[in-house]
Amino acid sequence: MKRLIEIIRRDLRLALRQGSDSVMVVTFFVLTVILFPFGIGPEANILERVSPGVLWVTALLASMLSLDRLFQADYEDGSLELLALTPTALEILVIGKVAAHWLTTGLPLMIAAPVLAVLLHMNGDGFVALLVTMLLGTPTLSLIGAMGAALVLGARRGGVLLSLLVLPLYIPVLIFGVGAIDSAVQGLDYSAQLLLLGGILLAALPLAPLAAAAALRQALE
Amino acid sequence: MLGLSTPSGFIKVSKLVSPWLWTACVLLIGAGLYFALFVSPADYQQGQTVRIMYIHVPSAWLGMFGYSVMALASAAGLVWKNPLADLVAKASAPIGASFTFLCLATGSLWGKPMWGTWWAWDARLTSMLILLFLYFGYIALQNAFDDPGRGARAAAILALAGFVNVPVIKFSVDWWKTLHQPASLMKMSGPALHPSMLTPLLLMVSGFTCFFVAVLIVRVRTEILAAKIRALRLSEIHAAQGSGVAG
Amino acid sequence: MKVARDARAIACGLNRTGFVAFPPTSAFRECFPLAGAVVLLWCRAMTKGIPPSSFAGEKLVCIRGERVVFTQLDFRLTNGEALLLLGPNGSGKSSLLRVMAGLLKPADGHLAWNGAPVTDDREGHSARIHYVGHHDAIKPVLSVLENLRFWARLHDPRTGDRTAVTALERMGLERLAEVPGKMLSAGQKRRLNLARLLAAPAPVWLLDEPSVALDRASVKVLEAVIAEHRAGGGMVALSTHADVDLSGARELHLDHFAAAPGVVTGIWA
Repeated sequence: MKRLIEIIRRDLRLALRQGSDSVMVVTFFVLTVILFPFGIGPEANILERVSPGVLWVTALLASMLSLDRLFQADYEDGSLELLALTPTALEILVIGKVAAHWLTTGLPLMIAAPVLAVLLHMNGDGFVALLVTMLLGTPTLSLIGAMGAALVLGARRGGVLLSLLVLPLYIPVLIFGVGAIDSAVQGLDYSAQLLLLGGILLAALPLAPLAAAAALRQALE
Repeated sequence: MLGLSTPSGFIKVSKLVSPWLWTACVLLIGAGLYFALFVSPADYQQGQTVRIMYIHVPSAWLGMFGYSVMALASAAGLVWKNPLADLVAKASAPIGASFTFLCLATGSLWGKPMWGTWWAWDARLTSMLILLFLYFGYIALQNAFDDPGRGARAAAILALAGFVNVPVIKFSVDWWKTLHQPASLMKMSGPALHPSMLTPLLLMVSGFTCFFVAVLIVRVRTEILAAKIRALRLSEIHAAQGSGVAG
Repeated sequence: MKVARDARAIACGLNRTGFVAFPPTSAFRECFPLAGAVVLLWCRAMTKGIPPSSFAGEKLVCIRGERVVFTQLDFRLTNGEALLLLGPNGSGKSSLLRVMAGLLKPADGHLAWNGAPVTDDREGHSARIHYVGHHDAIKPVLSVLENLRFWARLHDPRTGDRTAVTALERMGLERLAEVPGKMLSAGQKRRLNLARLLAAPAPVWLLDEPSVALDRASVKVLEAVIAEHRAGGGMVALSTHADVDLSGARELHLDHFAAAPGVVTGIWA
């Protein structure tokens, strides 16, 4: 447990000092969302209709931006070998790294999302749903993404490959995330979608680190 | 199991089985085609186009079957470190992907007369489309490493992760579909299928499966031979180095 | 409760220096502090004359990228011993050290600590070893002290600042403690990496070409540090191209364990 905190602290410190990716990720998120009114026209009712989907799809892409650096830097400078030789389960350290990744990308995205929702004229009823789905969904994105990032370590064209591996696995999160907001906007009950999102998160929480740790171990062989 | 777990054992057994498989494949598909094209009736709504089903449904089945074979072989490769299992996984991916593509293509052809459009976001077709991308990811990951062993292990982990995800994706796509368009346009499952259509369908499904297994055997055999050639080359390089540098 | 904690600390210390022959595993100690302490006291009573611990590998086979690097390799290390790995490029010195560390799974054969397979207690094995590889694992934006402290705490969360500073002093880096890693020279980075050995003790040191980038004086320090470690009952396995003076080290020539040339080995034969 102490080691978990230690690695989260170190990754956050690294992110802070390196002029973290978070600013870039949020900038990408904002910029891409702003592109949509230019692409589909500024009519408020159209924007309102597509806003949940636009926000979620863009957040999905943005959260992928910084993924390929998640293990790459540690892999290149030999830190990953030492992490794998730490007297604790590698899965725990993966969870620590994912937590740090979520704090530096998922959380800023979640904070930026309501502002962008205003720009897209999203119905006021959808805001709570937007925040809650982001809260439940973005950690899953980080978890699944960590598995992908671990798999492409040392691969040729790792960055492009990563999106090919990870995006299809993101689809359920996208569907239920947008579904919940759509229901909320229509004044319907959306607890089912939230439960499903939570369920996916709970399933990913042990499984994704397990797969990621296995991938890291074989990458080091 | 019959010495199947070693490469030489596999080649021995496959030589025995292969001719029978190909024969069964030709007979089953031949009979299936005869029943499908001449015996089974045209649908009273869809007309002759219903016959696309006899290609479409077996392809869909093999798309999913191929992924399952791939995932199971990957699990075996990871657990028992059996290189043959890795080869089976590797060999089944392109076959499965081809059938998934065939399923999408025939679905599209069928969709034109039925829905008046080449593509509809039907739940089944959408799931198959995602499955195709899962295949692409697997194949791309496998070929992204210089060391084939490395590629096999990484891809095996991905195959298992994908396998766990397939039901979740399937469920979420079904759910998404019912939300947006509750009426299903295509009805071909369940007891509604008349026996005159069921017979050719089952014949085609089993014929296609035989074809899948037969092609799989050919591919695995090729992979084994390729690995042997690589091993021979390496030992030659090693021998040359050994005599040149003295140790 | 305090007694238990003290006993646990002693146990960890003993365990780390490798003096306890049958120490309870770390997991056991964490779950049952009291029982762990009793077992440890018993172990200590049984092992009054400091019995040697041993780290051994039997019939190890290593395959890299479809090539057999070495086969049927045996090694054995006991307290105070050093193993010098020799052999030309590609003979598997680095691979053997990675196998010893547990980073690389041997294709065949096994590793044992005091006769028990290390695969039974992977985390316990990690706690016993320090591995220094080709890369120095230094983050450019963290200071020297932060870099060292992170690795020391990851190895042993109880490591204090003072231990880390002492380790830096020993490697001649105390003046650079606040300097970010990106400003270090290759030799300084290597010394910082080696400081990990001292900041969090472990009985087995696996050093892959530790003298690379070091100047003469630093190599002398390294030699002294290794000698002290061995005098305290530690074990060292080391590969080198340069001269690192290890008095009384056993030599292991890896080229003796190469697969016979021209023979296809493995499953594809």
